[in-house]
This record gives sequence, structure tokens and C-alpha cells, in this order.
Amino acid sequence: MTETVDAARTATMAKCVVWDLDDTLWDGTLSSGDVVVLKPGVRELIAELDSRGILLSVASKNNHDDAMRKLEEFGLAEYFLYPQINWNSKSSAIAEIQRRLNIGMDTIMFIDDRAFERDEVVFAHPQVQTVDAADYLGLGSLPRLSPEVVTEDARRRRHMYLEDQRRTESELAHDGPRAEFLATLGMVFAISRAKDDDLLRLEELTKRTNQLNSTGITYSHEQLERLAHDPGHDLWVCELTDRYGSYGKIGMALVRREPESWTIKLLLMSCRTVSMGVGTVLLSFLIKRAAEDGVRLFADFRRTDRNRQMLLTYQLANFHVASSDGDDLRYENDLTVRQDYPDYIEVEIGE
Amino acid sequence: MNSEAVEQDGAAGIAADIRGFVRANMTALTTAELRDEDNIFEKGFVTSIFAMQLLVFIESTFDVTVPDDHITLRNFSSVELMTGMVAKLKAATG
Repeated sequence: MTETVDAARTATMAKCVVWDLDDTLWDGTLSSGDVVVLKPGVRELIAELDSRGILLSVASKNNHDDAMRKLEEFGLAEYFLYPQINWNSKSSAIAEIQRRLNIGMDTIMFIDDRAFERDEVVFAHPQVQTVDAADYLGLGSLPRLSPEVVTEDARRRRHMYLEDQRRTESELAHDGPRAEFLATLGMVFAISRAKDDDLLRLEELTKRTNQLNSTGITYSHEQLERLAHDPGHDLWVCELTDRYGSYGKIGMALVRREPESWTIKLLLMSCRTVSMGVGTVLLSFLIKRAAEDGVRLFADFRRTDRNRQMLLTYQLANFHVASSDGDDLRYENDLTVRQDYPDYIEVEIGE
Repeated sequence: MNSEAVEQDGAAGIAADIRGFVRANMTALTTAELRDEDNIFEKGFVTSIFAMQLLVFIESTFDVTVPDDHITLRNFSSVELMTGMVAKLKAATG
């Protein structure tokens, strides 16, 4: 069967809006002793962006404790992940937020009333889109901040990042080898066939995932629905859970099955799980299955400037380039090397 | 980092740096012995994040760029083979 794949690149959706505080989120300058007042409609705007799964953070030159206290008073503190409130440059604040959230620089937007600060950020990070605070009310209708569908995972996104933050804190507090720490998490990696109510999330994953993505090809809900019910394809979805909670549906694999061979058309993992090594687990699962079924295993791969880690995941799982056409590779795995799952992850397979 | 040691000791220095990194960062190896010819993929599960850290370590420590077609299970399977790859890449770039 022929696949009509939506190869047209949609403009990158933004994942995070970083806010200045003085004369941007609120009117007035906190450190000058002004009585600051939230800009009209800002509270609703923040809640709206949060409900769409857009992450929010702060880059403000202020006394950290004073500004955080003010955000608490306004009841907004909980919305902002990794707020950077100090006297360093805004570009360094953005770099820190980008590193902590582990998202692409080109998915960050920055809103500030001062042209100097916006220019300073763009000079250091040309991929960041900046917005003049005067235009703040337009944020809610920007296409980059208006995902077509908002999945359950998106609605919970901020909470999942907060769980990540607690994991990181307890990891830093843990004295001993990383394997021991990972073992304390009680990770369960569940691989199952995609059900109809997974498909919106899978569509979203194909659009949002850049680093751990084997092709970068996006699939529409309709295409995924057809593939999920097609006997010639397997559509796998992965969920990762640990004692801090669920990471949600964080990975997928699309496999085309032919009598003598399987081709992994797409393999991707959310960048939030990069440090858990689960991409290798999903690949190991497919290798084991192909070996059990006695078929040859191929994989399509399209090299982008972002997916070197996925290339490495494939090639160190013993996939070899069988043929190539520019950036498009076709891998084959001879199934001679099969790795067991790591001790610290319990793998559950549901059919 | 360690560039002086590399220049003085050549391959031995490269091997020592890589061995130290693998020993310190590979989850299954914290107590096990590691010889340069041991296959690290057989010694324990190599996660994709460890492999990426290893690649970044090699590139930043020895100032080389590992091309896509050098990223193979074989080239990364032991300290000895990684050392050989680094030495070859350094020689190629002069």
C-alpha cells in the first residue's frame, strides 16, 4: 500500500514563552519600589497558554526573592518553570531555561518591553522569536502558540516538568552510581499497540519531536488512524512511569510488515526522556520481535541537523546503512546482536 | 582537558582517558573490571544517553569530529577500538 506522508514542514510550533516581569507581565518596576499591577488580561492569558500545553518561564533582572514573592501574591508563581530572576543577561537566562527544559532554541519565544533586551537575546540566539510587550494581548492568537489539538499529555505538560524537577533534585541528592539512582525510580516502560485515543497524541509527537526522531516526517490523525487499523502495519506507543508519576505517552514506532521483511518507518521518543535511555529499549524490542518472527529488519532514516542522537541509537544497535540517497538512509539490522533490557527498567508488552 | 597527557603518551594517553570516562559513567561497570579489549556492549547495557555522552566526551577531549559513518557498534565496542578510531581521526586532521 502507498503511504501519503505529509512531508511538508509545518512551521515549528513554539513550546515555551519566556516573560520579562517589569512593564511586561506587570506595570511598574519592582526594584524601584513601585506598586506593581498585573497588566490587564495577563492572568487569563497565562492560564490559557498553560492549558494549551505551552510552557512558561521568566527572564527578569530583579531581586529573586522579591520577584518570586510578588508572583506568589498574584497566584502566578506555579505557572513558571525554572524562572531566571537575577542580574545576568537575558540571553544567559534563555540559555539556562533552554538547557533545563531540553527543548530546541527555535521553539522558545521571549517577550520584553525593552528593545535592548530583545535585541540582546536575538544576537545570542537568532532562533528565538521575540515579542514586544506592547503586543502581549496578541500572543493568544499567534499560530505558533495555537496547537490544533490539545492532548491530555499537553494539558499535563507543566506538571510533568515539575515532576522532572523533583526527580532531578533527588538525583542530585543521591550519593552513588547513576544505575543505583535509576533503580530507585522504579521505571516501568510499557509498549502497546496504539489505540484510537492515542492517535492525537501520536500526531502531536510527530510534530513536536526533533532530536530523537528517525525521519522528522509528520503524520496526520487520519493517516495514523488508517495505519493503526492496517494489518500491514504495526503502530506501537510507549508510556514511561516511575514513582514520581507518569511521563505520559512519550514514544512511538511505526513498522511496515511485509512477508519477508519489516521496515521501521518512524521511531521517535520525546526529548523529556533523553536521559533515561529508553530509545534503545524500544529498538531492542523491535529487534527481538523481528528475530522471533524470522524476518529481515530494515529502517528508514532521514538525517537532519537535529537527530544525531537517533542516528547513534540506531547505529550502535547494530543497524548498518544498506543504501542511501542524500540524507535518506535505509538501514538493515542483521539481528546477530540482541541486547537485553537494562536492569533498572521493567518492560511491559501489551498486545 | 588532558590534552597535554594525550600529546605525551599518544595512544596510551587516549586509552587512559577513554577508560576513565567509561569506568566512571557506564552504569553496569562501577565495580566490574574493565580491560581495554573488553566489549563494553557485552559487559552491560549501553544506553543511548551513555553512548551520546561518550561521543561528546571523545569529540571534546580529543578535538575530533566523528563522522556519521564512524559511529558503529564495532568502533565503540571497546576502549581499544575507540582509541584506534581517535588516533586515526587525529592523524587525518593533522
